[in-house]
This record gives sequence, C-alpha cells and structure tokens, in this order.
Amino acid sequence: MSDYETHDYDVIVIGAGGAGLRAAIEAARSGAKTAIICKSLLGKAHTVMAEGGAAAALGNADDRDGWKVHFKDTMKGGKYLNNWRMAQIHAQESADRIRELEQWGAVFDRTPSGLINQRNFGGHTYPRLAHVADSTGLEIIRTLQEKGIHSGIDIFMEYTVSHLLQDEDGTCTGCVAYNRVDGAMHAYSSKSTVLATGGITRCWSICSGSWEYTGDGHALALNAGAELIDMEFVQFHPTGMVWPPSVRGILVTEGVRGEGGVLRNSEGKRFMFDNVPEMFKGDHAETEEEATEWVRQVVAGEKASVRRPPELLTRDVVAKAINKEVAEGRGSTHGGAYLDIANQRSAEEIIAKLPSMHHQFRELAGVDITKEPMEVGPTAHYVMGGVRVDAESQESTISGLFAAGEVASGLHGANRLGGNSLSDLIVFGKRAGEYAAKRSTDIDQPKLDTKQIESAVKENLEPLNREDGENPGRVYDELRDMMQAKVGIIRTESELKSALTELNDFRTRIQNTSSGKSMVYNSGWHQALDLQNMVEISSACTLAALTRTESRGGHTRDDFPEPDTGMWSHTTNVVWKDGSEIKIRQEELSQPPEELEELLDRSKKEA
Amino acid sequence: MSDIKLRVFRGQEGEGELEEYEIELDEGMVLLDCIHRIQHEQEPDLSCRWNCKAGKCGSCSAEINGKPKLMCMTRMSDIIEETPEDEIITVRPLKAFPHVKDLVTDVSWNYEMAKAVAPIKGPEEPDWKFSQFEAKRAQEFRMCIECYICQDTCHVLREYKKFDVFGGPRTMVRLANFEMHPMDQEDRVPEIKDEFGISYCNITKCCTDVCPAGINITDNAIIPLKERVVDRYYDPLKRIWRTITDKASGNTTRY
Repeated sequence: MSDYETHDYDVIVIGAGGAGLRAAIEAARSGAKTAIICKSLLGKAHTVMAEGGAAAALGNADDRDGWKVHFKDTMKGGKYLNNWRMAQIHAQESADRIRELEQWGAVFDRTPSGLINQRNFGGHTYPRLAHVADSTGLEIIRTLQEKGIHSGIDIFMEYTVSHLLQDEDGTCTGCVAYNRVDGAMHAYSSKSTVLATGGITRCWSICSGSWEYTGDGHALALNAGAELIDMEFVQFHPTGMVWPPSVRGILVTEGVRGEGGVLRNSEGKRFMFDNVPEMFKGDHAETEEEATEWVRQVVAGEKASVRRPPELLTRDVVAKAINKEVAEGRGSTHGGAYLDIANQRSAEEIIAKLPSMHHQFRELAGVDITKEPMEVGPTAHYVMGGVRVDAESQESTISGLFAAGEVASGLHGANRLGGNSLSDLIVFGKRAGEYAAKRSTDIDQPKLDTKQIESAVKENLEPLNREDGENPGRVYDELRDMMQAKVGIIRTESELKSALTELNDFRTRIQNTSSGKSMVYNSGWHQALDLQNMVEISSACTLAALTRTESRGGHTRDDFPEPDTGMWSHTTNVVWKDGSEIKIRQEELSQPPEELEELLDRSKKEA
Repeated sequence: MSDIKLRVFRGQEGEGELEEYEIELDEGMVLLDCIHRIQHEQEPDLSCRWNCKAGKCGSCSAEINGKPKLMCMTRMSDIIEETPEDEIITVRPLKAFPHVKDLVTDVSWNYEMAKAVAPIKGPEEPDWKFSQFEAKRAQEFRMCIECYICQDTCHVLREYKKFDVFGGPRTMVRLANFEMHPMDQEDRVPEIKDEFGISYCNITKCCTDVCPAGINITDNAIIPLKERVVDRYYDPLKRIWRTITDKASGNTTRY
C-alpha cells in the first residue's frame, strides 16, 4: 500500500477564503490546535475576486440603517426561503465583524467624518456596503491572511482534501488530502472539521468563479451522508463580461450600478423600468428623472429622499430582464445589455470608484468605460444552496462537521443580496471556528482508521494508472457546456431530465480519463479528481431544479414561470445520498417568531 | 480563427527545455487561455498556477518573451504584435524562485517574508477615524496581488540571490502599508533597515515598471521608507536631539 503522512489537530479548516481564514483565526484564538488545508496558495482563494463590498448595518452613511432593516432586506431578497435565524444573526453581527477587520488592518474607504464609508447595492434599502473601491475581496482576504499567519495556525497550501474520515457512528474524525505539488498523500485526525470550500459555479461554462469552485465541500459533505438544502438556487449575476469570448463571464461589479450606472437595450431604452416585479412595486424610481435625482443625492452625500433606480433591483430580477431583452432581439452587439456609467459620472469619479473595472475593460476588451458603455450579460456567480447547518454553531447534520460561507446554506434563501456574501463569510466563519473549537475541548483525539485511509489513497491514485483515456480537460469543458445549456438561468422539465441522463454518462466518462503519470503538479490529475465532485454536485443541483415546479429567486422554470403561492412558498428541498444514489425530499420551512415577522414586508407577493 | 505557435518550458527542478505547441487562436484570447487549451487538447499534465483569470489574484505569473507578466492579462494580439515575425512566443517560469515543474515555481520564501513583518498594532477601541486622504496612501500598497513579479524582476534577488538579507519590493510594499497606516503604532524603522535590508535597493525602478497593479513601488513605498531609515540612523542633528531628549525608541521621525 502507498505511504501517507499522518497529522493530529483539534480543528481542521478546509479552505482559505474569507470563511476558512476567519474560522481558523477564531479556532486558534479559542486555544485549539488548528490547521488550514487549501487548494491554492494563501491569499488566492475566490474571495479575492469579490468586488463591491461587505454588507453591514453600520449606519455610517445613512443613520436610518440598522440590523432590523438589513434583516428585512435579506429575507425579502431571499424570497422568504431564508433560514430566518441565520438572517437575524448575520444582520446583528456583521457590523462588529467589519469593525474587527479594520482593527486587523483593513483600510476601507471613508465617510467625510472619517468612518468606514458604505455604498448602495441592489436590494439594500440604505447604503450598506463597506468597501475599498471595487476590490473589497482582496482587502478582506489580505487582512485575514495577515491576521491568520500570526495566529499560530498550520497551513497546508496547495493540498486538496479528497475524502472525509468517519467513525462507525458517522461522526467526522478527519480527512485525507493530497499535496498538489509533490502528489504525497496525507491523513489528518481532527476533533472538528470545518468546510469552507466555497461554491460550485465552475460547473457552468459562463461563470465568474475561480478554478477552485468545483463543489468540493458540497461533495465531501454529500458523500459523508450530510444533508444539502436549496441546491436548485444558483445565482446568475446579471453583469458578467460578454465580449471577447475568452473573458465571457468575468464579473462586472454591481458597484457600477450602485455608483449610478444604467442598463440600456439596443434601442437605447432603460428596460429595468418595465421589469419591476410585484413584490418590489413602489420601492423604486418610476421615471428617469427620479432615478437621476437619486444618483445626484447619493453622490452629493445626502440622504436619499427619492426612490432608487430600478437597475438596483435584486440580481435575480436584473439577470432575467437582461436575458429577456436578448431573447426578444433587443440585445447588445454581442448578446448582452449595455451598462453605461460614462454618461452618469465623471471620468475621475469612475477611475476613483471603479478602478479595477476600468482596468479590466481596457486591458481585456479594449473598452474605455469612462467614454463608452460596457456589454454585460448573466454569469453563474454563486450557489445559495449547500450544506445544511445549525444556525448558531454551523454544525452540519453530521456530528463534528461544520460548514461556513458559500458551502453552507440557509442565510440567502432563494437569492442572495450583493454584499451579503463577504459579511456571511466573516460572521459565520467566526461562529464555525468558535463552535468547532468548543467541541474539540470535550473529546479525545480520534484514531485514524487505516482501512478508510488506504481506500481513499487508492482512489486518489487511480487516474494515474489509466492509459489512453480521454483528456480530463475535454470532459470538463463538455460537462460545463452541458450544464450551461440545460441547467442554466432558464430551465424546463425536458432539459433537466435530459441533463440527468447526460450526467449519468459523464459519471462513466470521468472514470476513464487519463492525464499522464507524473505526481508532481499534474494539473490533469487534479482535474480528473475534481470532476468527480463536479458531476456529483451538478446532479444534486439538477435534481433539485427538476423538483421545484415554480420560479423563485435564482431558480426559473420556463414551464412554471410564476412563483407558487402554495406549497413551494414555504418548502425547502433537502438532498442527501443513500449509498451511491442522490435522494431528495421536501421539508416545511421554519417561520420567524412574531417579533421578527413584524419586521418583514410580506404584504407584496414574492417573485 | 488562425493557428499560433508557442514555446513553453517543460521540465522539473530546472531541468527541461522549451517545447513547441500549435493551437487554434480565437478572438480576444489571453495567454492563459492558450495554456489551458494546450492542457485540455494536448498535454493534461502541463503545470501552471491560476485562480481568477481576471488579474486579481496574482497566481499566473510567468516570463513571456523574457518579461514577467500575468498570463491572464496578456492579450495574444498584443504579444503577437511585439514578437518579431521570425520568432516564436516563449513562456517560461519565474526565474528568481526555485523551479518546481513547467510554469510552477516555489514561492514559499515570500510567505516567510510576510510572516516576518510584525502585524498592525492600532488602538484597541473600534471605529477608527481617519480621512479618505490618509486611507488612500495605505490603500495603494494594499492593491498588491502578490504575483511576485516585482520580486522576480528585482536584480538583488534575481541576479544576486540576496534572499537572506533583503526582503524585496513586495516586502517593502507591505512595510510601507503598515508604516503609512494612519493608526499603526509599531516602530518599524529598525526592521526596515536591519531585517529587511532596505539599503540593498538601489532604486532602479524595475519593480515599479512591471507591477500589474500599478503600484508606484519605488517612489511611494521604498524611497519614503529609505528616508525614514536615514532620518533615524544617519541624520546627525536628529541623533544629537535624540540623545538630549532620550527619545530614541519613540516615533520621532514620523511625518
């Protein structure tokens, strides 16, 4: 049998984005012997790509804001399918988590009085996003990284976790990983394990996710018998780049619209005015004059007294509206919509507020956004679904296994508000680390089970023994094209069923790829292993999408175009694995207590 | 569209050679797309790092026609234009760091340097107050994406291998970030001088020229830090003043 190295920890955190780093910092601070295992170099995780900001009701830019309004906005944006308790905790704790980042070195943009400034974003009633121009993710990951390296955490960089270890009761006791650099195998015993692996959007060919987004944590949890919820809800961000083809999908921050950018179709019409769903009627400006006045007030630093432009509707709404314009023949030259900031703000303001957008379009598309409009269209951006967790502790349905950040589910319901992800990472990352450390004080170091480890190691080495198979890169490209075509922004029963059939074929194909024999930084070998997670999670997403016979938030069915006012308005899809089969069931959603229900704005029906 | 030839370094631990690949080129492609196309169509085990493909993470640094750049921000149309007609585009790993395989190098020394810099030490009370003007100074340095292209270019590291006595431009940018943070109370001047060896930099500005984040490394980070070191250790008037007032450990040279 192959060799492997063994390690013992109180807490293992898998992933080093915002949630993973924050969890590890908290676990170490609580006294736990903590390690992070991450696929990339430290500081390169997907969090680094976040642009617009982190939502927290600091009330610095508008003192009418507070946690109650943030809670209301989050629930409404999620079409009331959120875990209400997570939405409450998030709204209450995010401000402190942001202040803490400042003390760890984050340098957020300032208000005139010298406090952390906040910007407007879709679905947020008041300016709420703490930000650094349009590179807030970089600021947050660097801050946490700088804090983390002085916190006594062991960091295993460029290691991929392939399997979770469990005892006979199913309790998570550690994991198996391989070092991507030299191919060596490692087995970890841990009293608590935190999944912070991010999302799944690499399963779509047009996406804004980094290479790491292959659903690893989702698949690890599913394979270990944990429950996932809300897997049908995938956020297609309305504004990804559409041209040239090689950059298609790269994110264009919602901050462009937050700073006054407008969307037009090929006829020059601001189509968002005609796309306000019932539940948001009356919340947004109804004329261009009113929208322009709102921008003027906000730019001048005044409290807005008129309603915001309809471009700041929630992401699901804007994405579907762009999709409709293109489908009906009013798209931009390369099949998107025009996003114009050049005519709304001065060149100096654009470069100060949106420097990386300016740079990105100039370098990659040859477009000067201070002079001409951008072409934008929907891109797979975020998965609301993920590991079912306890709201307080972030523990999954498997004892000893925690999850935080995008891999966890509940906070965002059917649609996430922009800015609520960065704050999710630090609020629930902290809680996961805290409770993981707490659990580790009461139990003995789990014994490593040789049989499980050897079987995992064997599976990991399997692709290296195959010859004359398909290139894993080819299977990867075709899988993503299939998901884009059949499980994309608009879905129908026949296509979803056909996707499930194709996924079964992919399941066979991925067992027969070959990628050469080298164990040293063999990208093809790593991809062959990642593909297993992608197929598993694509299947879970497709199955959930097929089951939900309505349209809501990040899930749109062409054959059921309206939100259901009955069962689906208060029902969650739960996915789990029984042997090798993925199963699904429906569960009634817990409703908020009266004092929180009163804060909500349910009179207008959901969309 | 058309076909393009590339010569990519293949090999392990420094041993290897440039291998030629021919791939189809589509409109708007960047060099990283070409590397991915080689991986997906020809050589799955070709090694390269990448994450965001949008110039934000600093993973895909390589030497393209001898110049260190991010592969994700290098448009093929530009690189074809700058390559003489009788030559083939070359892609090599960063030269300054130990080679691992193909386009991947061992950049762990940079992480050791990061750890050696003392963390920020500010007031314990939250809600720090400082102006956008003050924020901006530190923010420039915080735009660093840690691609280590500056480190690769710096001749003190690249040619003279002074890894044991000099932190390199990336470390100077980090030190400048904390040193110019409006709330930081740490006295960093001694470590800037001794531990990180700022005097090894002779301000040739090579690092500034190659920075993909556009940070003015030499003028805004290194020179002000050099001035603080000079003020503290080599300004005769200030030395006398310190002796008189016995404030040698204070931040008397801050401005």
